[in-house]
Amino acid sequence: MTWRQARWDHQSVFELSGGSDHALGAGSVDDLVPNGMTRDRLDLPSAPEFEVVRHFVNLSQMNYCLDNGLYPLGSCTMKFNPKYADRLAAHPKAAQVHPLQDEASMQGSLRIMHELERMLCVIGGVDAMTLQPPSGAQGEFTGMLIAKAYHTLRDDPRDEVIVPDTAHGTNPASAMMAGFKVVEIPSLPDGCVDLDALDAALSDRTAAMMITNPNTLGIFEPRIDLMAEMVQDAGGLMYYDGANLNAIMGYASPGDMGFDIVHFNLHKTFATPHGGGGPGAGPVGVKAPLEPFLPVPRVMLDEGRYRLDYQRPQSIGKVASFYGNFEVLLRAYTYILRQGSNGLRDASSQAVLNSNYLKKRLMEGYELPFKELRKHEFVLSAASFKDRGVRALDVSKRILDFGMHAPTMYFPLIVDEAMMVEPTESASKEELDRYADVLLSILDENASVLATAPSNTAASRIDEVLAAKRPVYSWRMRPDP
Amino acid sequence: MSLDRRMLNYLGLESVEDLFADVPEHLRLEQFDLPLGMSEQEVCRHVDAILSLNRSAVDMPCFLGGDCRQHYVPAAVEEIVSRTEFRTAYTPYQPEMSQGMLQALFEYQSLMAELVGLDVVNSSMYDWTTALGEAARMCMRINRRKRFLVPRAMSPQKRSVLNNYVLGTGMTVGEYGYDQITGEVDMDDLVGRMGDDVAGVYVEVPNAFGIIDSRAPELKAMAGEALLVVGVDPLSMAVLRPPGDYGADMVIGEAQWLGSPMNCGGPMLGLFACRERDARRSPGRIIGMTKDSNGRDAYTMALQTREQHIRRDKATSNICSNEALVAVGAAAYLSIMGAEGLTSLARSNMRRTRRLMEMVDAVPGFEAPEFTGQHFDSFVVRCPMRVEKVNRLLLRNGIIGGMHLGPTCPEFDSCMILSVNEVQTDADHENLIELLEGMA
Repeated sequence: MTWRQARWDHQSVFELSGGSDHALGAGSVDDLVPNGMTRDRLDLPSAPEFEVVRHFVNLSQMNYCLDNGLYPLGSCTMKFNPKYADRLAAHPKAAQVHPLQDEASMQGSLRIMHELERMLCVIGGVDAMTLQPPSGAQGEFTGMLIAKAYHTLRDDPRDEVIVPDTAHGTNPASAMMAGFKVVEIPSLPDGCVDLDALDAALSDRTAAMMITNPNTLGIFEPRIDLMAEMVQDAGGLMYYDGANLNAIMGYASPGDMGFDIVHFNLHKTFATPHGGGGPGAGPVGVKAPLEPFLPVPRVMLDEGRYRLDYQRPQSIGKVASFYGNFEVLLRAYTYILRQGSNGLRDASSQAVLNSNYLKKRLMEGYELPFKELRKHEFVLSAASFKDRGVRALDVSKRILDFGMHAPTMYFPLIVDEAMMVEPTESASKEELDRYADVLLSILDENASVLATAPSNTAASRIDEVLAAKRPVYSWRMRPDP
Repeated sequence: MSLDRRMLNYLGLESVEDLFADVPEHLRLEQFDLPLGMSEQEVCRHVDAILSLNRSAVDMPCFLGGDCRQHYVPAAVEEIVSRTEFRTAYTPYQPEMSQGMLQALFEYQSLMAELVGLDVVNSSMYDWTTALGEAARMCMRINRRKRFLVPRAMSPQKRSVLNNYVLGTGMTVGEYGYDQITGEVDMDDLVGRMGDDVAGVYVEVPNAFGIIDSRAPELKAMAGEALLVVGVDPLSMAVLRPPGDYGADMVIGEAQWLGSPMNCGGPMLGLFACRERDARRSPGRIIGMTKDSNGRDAYTMALQTREQHIRRDKATSNICSNEALVAVGAAAYLSIMGAEGLTSLARSNMRRTRRLMEMVDAVPGFEAPEFTGQHFDSFVVRCPMRVEKVNRLLLRNGIIGGMHLGPTCPEFDSCMILSVNEVQTDADHENLIELLEGMA
């Protein structure tokens, strides 16, 4: 059976016509607008609602999603997004609350935030939490601001942050945003951090080390507590990038490993939808000595009443408009309640089993650099196919033709022609087998077939060169037809 | 839980615990101190009970505004953003099978570009505050200057987030004042603070007092080589001259209320627009139009070499996850409202704002508006008693009152900002006035 994605004649929304269904009778307001500030034309589309709905529904059908099937992007944790969370997130008593309402009128929202903080503290092995960062990267930025505030208060200005060469790109970027210089250290042949290189990089300039564990190769860093000790002995803080937490829930906690600052990606580990790129949520937890630096406001519980506390003189201030992406927080809260301690541990067990099963199946045809036992994800190399003109890109594009999503390509950077696979717990053995069968059968195909793939998707191979050469970022920039 | 034995057998394992053999014994969790899981029904009952402790803007009219606002969301918008094809997709890293999301985001960019009058709009920042922080950093990247000027009357969250965004850059933030009579930019003060070290000047239209600044078109000439960043309510763009027309180099703002509910302040939708010549220095994802190998129009993520996954510590920003689905909601909202729908909504809200202002001013003890400038949909009210007290009395009688202006400007501690929207009925307005009269 051949899979084919819908391919509608995708005209632009600007080409729809027929008049809006939502016009009110409202007269001119020229008398209420200062001279020279009145708008003279507005070129928005104007179409009946049924036209607009059809337009977007047809677009949606040209978009692969998690509810279609496996979406095994490494480090992205595309696990099933439970539908009860959709229902609860749409609850008017959740959705229709203004953040600046009187605390007495939002006790429900405050309680959910407070309880979610406590749950995440248990999972992360930390003492205090902020839910404010709206993404994982913003959580990293928050963590770096906390590190900066901590060192500044001790009158010990430090300007370097250490990251391993396997780190997610957000780590060095977030450290840079907070004004730190990034020191990258190499990995050993086993895929783990080189402790000698770490030792050499440490100094009285070291503000922090950022690392994820398991790392982006899916390998658990066995000497993590030793690394934490080394960094802390040098006066630095240990920062945990929570992107890979789905591997170890209930088995180990970042706090026990020695981390001082921990961020979570609720849109990964806690099953909230990715929405085509967002919204996410990136809560940050800290050990007790760093609590004074957390963003304001903190959600407090005093004698049965929840309140927002802004009186935190050492706080770093704010990293987003309000208290975080509440809609996402609520979904994660419901997921943790539903799973409980048993269900979260089971999720990690299944995710790691699925990953190791799929890894072994794929080793029938693909090379697996570094050691074998992996956690929730693994990284294959397509380098050995280069001599017959096949690249990881071509393999990935061909996978799409079977109605399956490709792995993350070309990351981490230390693996040549990397294909990074994370099946998560949301896949059956049959589905994993189908995926493995497809990836293995592709290796027998002619290089020319792969080079022209995909052909069953809404668009064939995209011209990325043209996109870079001819900038069209909006309808008004489009070239004349 | 039941694991598939066949998978364990294939791996030659007795138990799934064997897969965790690489976690050193002393790092294994001894106890996992969370409650056991609940059934779906129990979860729903439990969360429903907690949420019932809230009183929301569907229970009563809400006059709060600022950086998060209530506007009516057509059912069709909810339907579109609920499509699982959009909601459960990842970032469109494989464009061939993600054309739907890519085109929807391109249309968000295009609709916003039209509203603000600039060519390039990214596919979202987190919110208005972080868009401001990114704008300040981008000004410095462009002209290497190190001072950024903002209005003194600006929401405290914007100021705090901005401080954090410039902390590591060596930039400083300066403030300029407002005209005590009109509530507009104090041009003399601003001119006095200019200098050849100023990277950018930020101005809001409408501003924190709800005023549409009549001096806005003069700002570009005044700024000289400093960049002009204009913060807007995108709904006001339906009736106001787009900042791109009067020389803005960047336009930022909050677009949550174009199609999304308030959600206790998140997710929001940070608007970020710039000129084409500066696109390579801008933060965030941008969707571009290109062709596929069959020559058909197609979409893909453009200018990725600016971003963290490629440039790491040389990236223009660390942003990765953004507010994509909220942006799709805004695209759906703007398309469904259309030019007539959006314009008539903005006009109607302005007219009703004017009327409510007069009604409030007629209440003994209350004075509105505080300034003589023209207003969009919010205005400053001076209260005869503490703002907290006014709001507590209103809440007791089923109205969520206005935003206290004190935290924004301490000299307005006895003032609130009332924001008008189409969800409030005329009866709600009359009810508000009656309650205020009872306090006088």
